[in-house]
Amino acid sequence: MADKKDPIQTPLTDEQRRKVLMGMAAMPAMMMPGMALAQAAQFPTAKVNTTKLAVTDTEVVVGQLHSATGTMAISETGSIQAEQLAIDQINAMGGVLGRKIRVIKEDGASDWPTFAEKSKKLLVQDKVACVFGCWTSASRKAVLPIFEKENGMLYYPTFYEGLEQSKNVIYTGQEATQQILYGLDWAAKEKKAKTFFLVGSDYIWPRTSMKIARKHIESVAKLGKVAGEEYYPLGHTNFNSLINKIKLAKPDCIFAAVVGGSNVAFYKQLKAAGITADKQFLLTISVTEDEVLGIGGENIAGFYSSMKYFQSLDNANNKAFVEAFKKAYGPKSVIGDVTQAGYLGPWIWKATVEKAGSFDVDKIAAASGGIELKTAPEGYVKVHENHHLWSKARIGQAQLDGQFKVVAESPELIEPNPFPKGYQ
Amino acid sequence: MSLTDIMNITLMQGFAGLSLFSVLLLMGLGLAIIFGQMGVINMAHGEFMTIGAYTIYMFSSLTETFLPGFASMYFPFAIVAAFCIAFVFGWFIEWALIRHLYKRPLDTLLATWGLSLAMQQTFRSTFGAREVSPTLPDWLLGSWAPAEGLDIPINGLFVLALTALVTGGVLLALYRSRWGLRVRATVANRPMANATGINTSRTDRLTFAIGCGIAGVAGAAFTTIGSTGPTSGSLYIVDAFLVVTFGGAGSLLGTVASAFGIAQTQSIAEFFMTGSMAKVLTLMMIVTILMLRPQGLFASKIRR
Repeated sequence: MADKKDPIQTPLTDEQRRKVLMGMAAMPAMMMPGMALAQAAQFPTAKVNTTKLAVTDTEVVVGQLHSATGTMAISETGSIQAEQLAIDQINAMGGVLGRKIRVIKEDGASDWPTFAEKSKKLLVQDKVACVFGCWTSASRKAVLPIFEKENGMLYYPTFYEGLEQSKNVIYTGQEATQQILYGLDWAAKEKKAKTFFLVGSDYIWPRTSMKIARKHIESVAKLGKVAGEEYYPLGHTNFNSLINKIKLAKPDCIFAAVVGGSNVAFYKQLKAAGITADKQFLLTISVTEDEVLGIGGENIAGFYSSMKYFQSLDNANNKAFVEAFKKAYGPKSVIGDVTQAGYLGPWIWKATVEKAGSFDVDKIAAASGGIELKTAPEGYVKVHENHHLWSKARIGQAQLDGQFKVVAESPELIEPNPFPKGYQ
Repeated sequence: MSLTDIMNITLMQGFAGLSLFSVLLLMGLGLAIIFGQMGVINMAHGEFMTIGAYTIYMFSSLTETFLPGFASMYFPFAIVAAFCIAFVFGWFIEWALIRHLYKRPLDTLLATWGLSLAMQQTFRSTFGAREVSPTLPDWLLGSWAPAEGLDIPINGLFVLALTALVTGGVLLALYRSRWGLRVRATVANRPMANATGINTSRTDRLTFAIGCGIAGVAGAAFTTIGSTGPTSGSLYIVDAFLVVTFGGAGSLLGTVASAFGIAQTQSIAEFFMTGSMAKVLTLMMIVTILMLRPQGLFASKIRR
């Protein structure tokens, strides 16, 4: 015992004492925020921000623009949560270029002119470095001219119909061909589907998607023939006549893109009409874990969905993501395809800013192509020069508990092709 | 395609029309009382239906948690509860809002529209923005298959039976009860009804509350065929007004006839053309008939 001297009682020389004190003073600087400060000093604000964005030595302001109220809140809530989670995690790691991210949240209220107005406010008044937001194509189309005019940067999470590309938008969801072609090929190969019945809600996304599907089935891949193609107004709640038409056509595969409240009615009425998974093969491009909450697992169990992400994906990135998400938003919360794509936005932006060494929108737009993300829950993704993501396509089978079992996965990343030749 | 196939499809298509008829009638019934009898343009009708839907959801969650053995039986009780909750809420709304606006019927449109927005946001704050899915008892799911290839939806049968019950009840109450007599007297001539000793403001409140209660029942029943979310009610509101207006406001039989007409037209049109075109055709037919007969199918004999 006597040998072990209490270090404090050990007499120190002045020199030593000063070193200890300096060391202790340096301690906080060795921890995260300190490192951030050091990093921030490495990237002086005048250099990383030449376009008067809301970036200071310690903070960078970004915007978030989704519908927290109104009809679309059903869908957009997941994106809001995932983007916030990513931003919190980035801040806990020290932020971007040593600067903490501060979010200004705006509510688009499911109203497209409101989206336009709020995006103008974020870009002109708040001078945000980028915006994570929009969900429907209609809202994106409403804000696009403003982002292009004011030179803002939008990270858009939803899978969508393609036919668009902008310097000012990064599309972190799939464009139509990435979601549809693999699914149809899989249906033809694994499920021996030769006849397809296409059903969708009546607006741009399902119509464009079904156009691509029909071309693929009939002329490009020659999988078989289209036994029927039907669209119903948004909010339509009675599908009995459609179901009889499907029964008459007896297709091998029902290919569905019904959305919103109609989606729930569609699956409940299919089940009630005796069209269940043991008798009929159905592949959808509009049902994720989020939608199953409303539909109910018992009404959709056994049917298939074509997405790039499912909550049940078995990889280390995803396990960490699901755990963090549930910790933040409760053990009962579920994660759908778009929620995951929303989560990618802040991470891709961070990687791009670090590559560009700048927050300037022009430099970020130029640096986006080739950005890689190895930590994405869906697995490795890469940003294409056309500002869409290379990503895999996956087929999941709906289970009673509302989760999907992944039954197929494209072997390679699929190249995004927003203007597919031969599908127009 | 064999003859039995065609037979089966025809039968199922016939039932599809019948089932749409019962849905339209059930959603229009509460409004027929409120809008038809009282003249209140109740834009929050859909939200009263949503109250019913969320009641089912609450009952299903509660039975799942506390009385799992009761899971197959909760549904009828939940429907009664849906009526009661929507009734009480309707009573309160009439007292707080509607009774001040009887002399300004157009303003009820604005007031109840605002009410519907407020209610939607309340649902969103209480139950979350996402749709929910009440666990329905097994006996309500699936189809009844009396023959090979013939599937009659059980939820459709259920809604049909419930609609018959509620419609019968309302007709009986309106034409055979003291309340019905008071309502009809108030509708016909308010000052005169007052003069004969009828408490018209109490009659109004009861009538409005009953209309809301029926909306609650409709919303509860529709959880078997549709979605339960903060804005689910808005899916039904246009159709509900369509049915009541087309039938002739003020006539319950008109509502029944109009629901039947619209349902059959739409259901048959949907079978032979695309869904969106069928909707266009149905609406054009309604507009044409309303242009020729602005008072609707059945005009009520009310002295204005």
